[in-house]
Amino acid sequence: MNRFSYHRAGDIAEAAQMGAEPDTRFLAGGTNLVDLMKANVERPTRLVDISRLSQNTIEDLPEGGLRLGAFATNADTAYDERVEQRYPLLSSAILAGASPQLRNAATNGGNLNQRTRCYYFYDTETPCNKREPGSGCSAIGGVNRIHAILGTSEACIATHPSDMCVALAALEAEVRVQGPAGERVIAFADYHRLPGDEPWKDNTLQPGEIVTAIDLPADSFTENYTYLKLRDRLSYAFALVSVAVGLKMEGGKIAKARLALGGVAHKPWRVPAAEALLEGQEPSADLFAQAADAMLQGAVGQGTNDFKIELARRAIRRALRQAAAGTPQSQTNKQVA
Amino acid sequence: MTTHANAPARIGEPLSRVDGRLKVTGHARYAAEHPVADLLYGWVVSSGIARGRITAIHEDAARAVAGVVEIITHKNRPDLAGSDSAYQEQVSPPGKPFRALYDDEVQFSLQPIALVVAQDLETARYAASLIKVEYEAAEHNTDFRAAQAERFMPSKKRNNYLGFKNRGDVDAGMAQATHRIAETYHMGVHVHNPMEMHATTAVWENKDSLTLYDKTQGSQNTQTYISNIFGLKSDNVRVLNPFVGGAFGSGLRPQYQVFLAALAATMLERSVRVVLTRPQMFSHVHRPEALQAVSLGTDASGQLTAIRNEATTSTSRFENYMENVVNWGLMAYACPNAAGDYTISPMDTYTPGDMRAPGAATGMTLFEIAMDEMAYEAGLDPLEFRLRNYSEKDAMNDTPFTSKALREAYAEGAASFGWDKRSMEPRSMRDNHELVGWGMATGMWDAMFQKTAARAKLSANGNLVIETASSDIGTGTYTILAQIASDTLGIPVDQISVKIGDSSLPMSPIEGGSWTAASAGAAIEATCQSLGKKLLDAAEKVRNSPLEGAKFDDVVFDNGRIVSKADPSKNVSYGEAMAAAEQGSLEAEETVSAGISGMISQMRKSRNTHSAVFAEVKVDEELGVARVTRVVCSVAAGRIINPKTARSQILGGVVMGIGMGLHEETFVDHRIGRIMNHDLAEYHVPANADIHDIEVIFVDEPDPEVTPMGVKGVGEIGIVGTAAAVANAIFHATGKRFRDLPITIDKILE
Amino acid sequence: MDHITGSQEQAAGTELPGIPITLTINGRKRELSVAPWVTLLDLLRERLDLTGSKKGCDHGQCGACTVLVDGKRINSCLKLAVAYDGAEITTIEGLAQGETLHPLQQAFIDRDAFQCGYCTPGQICSGVGLMNEGRASTRDEVRELMSGNICRCGAYTNITDAVMDVLEKEGAK
Repeated sequence: MNRFSYHRAGDIAEAAQMGAEPDTRFLAGGTNLVDLMKANVERPTRLVDISRLSQNTIEDLPEGGLRLGAFATNADTAYDERVEQRYPLLSSAILAGASPQLRNAATNGGNLNQRTRCYYFYDTETPCNKREPGSGCSAIGGVNRIHAILGTSEACIATHPSDMCVALAALEAEVRVQGPAGERVIAFADYHRLPGDEPWKDNTLQPGEIVTAIDLPADSFTENYTYLKLRDRLSYAFALVSVAVGLKMEGGKIAKARLALGGVAHKPWRVPAAEALLEGQEPSADLFAQAADAMLQGAVGQGTNDFKIELARRAIRRALRQAAAGTPQSQTNKQVA
Repeated sequence: MTTHANAPARIGEPLSRVDGRLKVTGHARYAAEHPVADLLYGWVVSSGIARGRITAIHEDAARAVAGVVEIITHKNRPDLAGSDSAYQEQVSPPGKPFRALYDDEVQFSLQPIALVVAQDLETARYAASLIKVEYEAAEHNTDFRAAQAERFMPSKKRNNYLGFKNRGDVDAGMAQATHRIAETYHMGVHVHNPMEMHATTAVWENKDSLTLYDKTQGSQNTQTYISNIFGLKSDNVRVLNPFVGGAFGSGLRPQYQVFLAALAATMLERSVRVVLTRPQMFSHVHRPEALQAVSLGTDASGQLTAIRNEATTSTSRFENYMENVVNWGLMAYACPNAAGDYTISPMDTYTPGDMRAPGAATGMTLFEIAMDEMAYEAGLDPLEFRLRNYSEKDAMNDTPFTSKALREAYAEGAASFGWDKRSMEPRSMRDNHELVGWGMATGMWDAMFQKTAARAKLSANGNLVIETASSDIGTGTYTILAQIASDTLGIPVDQISVKIGDSSLPMSPIEGGSWTAASAGAAIEATCQSLGKKLLDAAEKVRNSPLEGAKFDDVVFDNGRIVSKADPSKNVSYGEAMAAAEQGSLEAEETVSAGISGMISQMRKSRNTHSAVFAEVKVDEELGVARVTRVVCSVAAGRIINPKTARSQILGGVVMGIGMGLHEETFVDHRIGRIMNHDLAEYHVPANADIHDIEVIFVDEPDPEVTPMGVKGVGEIGIVGTAAAVANAIFHATGKRFRDLPITIDKILE
Repeated sequence: MDHITGSQEQAAGTELPGIPITLTINGRKRELSVAPWVTLLDLLRERLDLTGSKKGCDHGQCGACTVLVDGKRINSCLKLAVAYDGAEITTIEGLAQGETLHPLQQAFIDRDAFQCGYCTPGQICSGVGLMNEGRASTRDEVRELMSGNICRCGAYTNITDAVMDVLEKEGAK
């Protein structure tokens, strides 16, 4: 870990101002940033501690939605009664991730901004375009079991490791950010980006911008939803593939469908065409198979992660079955429903 | 080292750990936790390449950091011993032992190439990150399959390599077989990953002496190693390891952190602490990669007619590490024709080493998958197949066992598991949409005994101190030694102080091979008996002694009194006896060893532990998810000193075996010769959620011959065969045979 | 009053830019001066001689460093000490009341829920945190919510037994 100065921001405006300076990082829960600093992947010269700012509450929105403070912890969010009752998909996804200790420290804003778990990104002895622009991507042609199958580029095949974000994508949350130029709202689908030829950019935040809240729309999924996570052990491991599904059932038909995949791309993966394909239809194995195929259109394996394509296909079908049947995946009973 | 136990403990009782309170309160101190004044911190810089030469080390930026005391590399290291023999210790395989910071040669990825020493941990860590190294890379190979081209049998064998004996005519046996299988099995590299990372606190006493708090399984082995390399008198190097945060074999050989800490301390004449990082834990010892080809044949009734068991395991380019991989398959079952083959295949890695049940965890496990295949080929229930080929004697050496209650282990394990309710057909058992599979395997390990010395001192106040340089790596050594002493001398456990983990104590071997309970236990028992005789002699001196003329066998030692067996009213307290003899304290020291008769017996009889492992898996076939929902491990391991700590040893072996079966795997980028999942986030060992019900059974197996106390040891047997039981259960569940461990989601999915 | 460059924490050695913070650790208020790059774990272990909290990976991947901050379990290896200014921290050394062990400490001994003991302080702090959270009552729940603590010795079934013992006793009260 390099040497840096430490500042505790008094409010968001002050933080945003300090954060606009080069080589500055915001410190909230620290569960990812401190880890990366120890690995010498992040070497900021200045840390701005935003963990004590007041945006750490969960509040009802006038139109029936819920505002998740950026500095509320993942655990407080998952166990918030309103989240549990109105957004059980989100609660479930958060509880599928990390460990209780990490969830107690990690914040909602930090969850959005956590960086990839690519082995090469973490190992400073190896080239990595995300860590060191222009140095090359070692994962291509290397060990890429945990890497992306969708939306990759020749510069990067990293994935976004969050579980929470997969649910937020399916819930079509909005991200409120504040920066030197003021406040703006980013649709969740536009928050994270694909690697393209600038893989060092994980998201669309501008310098100095801070996530202040995540707004959940009033429209949610409380009966027909699931978060299904598949990984190399039954807990405390990143997803190989995860699926968030929210369905609205009306008269035996799917009135609304939202799906997102985790562990397969540089961002939570959504395919509106797959959702459209489901809407207005009666649930069936065939339909789910078509939706899975649509979700995975264009999927490409990188060698050791080839299996992810078929795994994702099956996981989507299963998750759709779970959601349609109203039997969401338990995060404690490890039998897949 | 006290416990609540205020009455003498008996051998065979489930005594709670006597070091339990220290461990649950955080007061047990491990290698990096001993407070030392004016301590410096060393941070290891690791190589980025797998093979080649260091052409430049740029250290200016690091040296400019305030608080950096020294940067030690091959360029400025002090003179060290120059011969390979100085670096060889009890556990070294033949070859040229690795010497850290010796010269510019890089022999493996993550090799230590510099040590940054600073006033505090954070400064050392920061400065280390500023060092830039240039290399001239050479060609390397870390691909085990490619290494097959170079596999060989070294002329000089490792000293505990037993070899194997062939019997009969395997080709003929195979030709006459009705049923045959021939398959190749693979298991990748496992990394020990004890929770405590390797660490040493080197206390610089003066220019002639060092005290080292080291993570090691053998304080006296490390003592010899360090004194040889640094030219110090052995007595002036004291190595302490009172608590060891797991090791599983990784602490058998001194690892490079102890060398680096001692190097920095002697060079700087300061005390220095070196703790490896978790990624650096992937830089040294590991279980070797293995390929094993097994051919089996049976007659129509399922009687084995031929066994061919051939294996190769990985080694480094600089040492020839060997394991006993194929002998298990040749020993375990009755079969007239059996042959083995074994070679090692060199790669550009650090030298592999012993990891829990070395050789057997690989060779018996993979063989037991083959046995399951053979059972199915012959149309026999897997347990019935093993019983049909049960061997009362060691089938390879043609020697009887001192004891072998494997038949009982099968029976009790099967009964508890409910094996009789198993349907033979794969894919025939279900729980809702999950396929259920029941698999089993046999396990086998050695029952070994090593020369060990101990000392005991009884004070007039009734407190007993027992000492031997053994280690407790979580195995329960403190507890069982207290228990043996308590039982032998009738002294409550809370009046017994156990001193181990210190090279200055009476000679004890490295803590490994499952021999500690038998060896250190026998040493403590003999020493306490010797002390008891001295007590009895002292009791004779009591005026009108009620025990006058009593022989050692005529009395018992019970709760602080020497009591006549014939007439318990005749007794003398230890205090009275010692007062009468005018002794403030009594001491005894004894050494136990196999002796000549023992060695002859060892040649004439085989000594082994056995187990029968039964596993239940539930497989979600569509998604490739396999869960181990139930394991019964039924063990025949002679006398169990403490069923509580012994059970934990088996549980631990089973959990590690489940990890072998389902999780543990290193991913190497062969382009750079580097393990890429070098952390605990991506090298998966089982988490709590992966582990369900595990039942441990110890079958009755009295064996007065195997070791002095009839103890066989339980540290390793729990892992042997477990992964095979899991793999066989997955076959039973899915009908798919997996010959490459671990069986991960992607493999089941295919 | 403690300062990290003071006599007791001489191990810290160099005079580094310290930020004054106040931590209440196991009921004792400490005023410290800490460089910003010092983690809570390293502060405890290397400067305050509270070595009960363990370093098993230093990256939040094992749980050995688990301590309770304001009653909640966290990985102390991933927390900069300066960020916790004003916090109340309980480490394994602070769980027993004098000679009386915390019920979970006693349950760990009774159930032999450890072997080498290195992950144990983290397991116990994690178990206490789990009870504070009140989200676990079944074995499945305990297993899942204790999964942030890796035990290489494989004591998991005994750990689950120990936590269940105390949960059931507390529930019966």
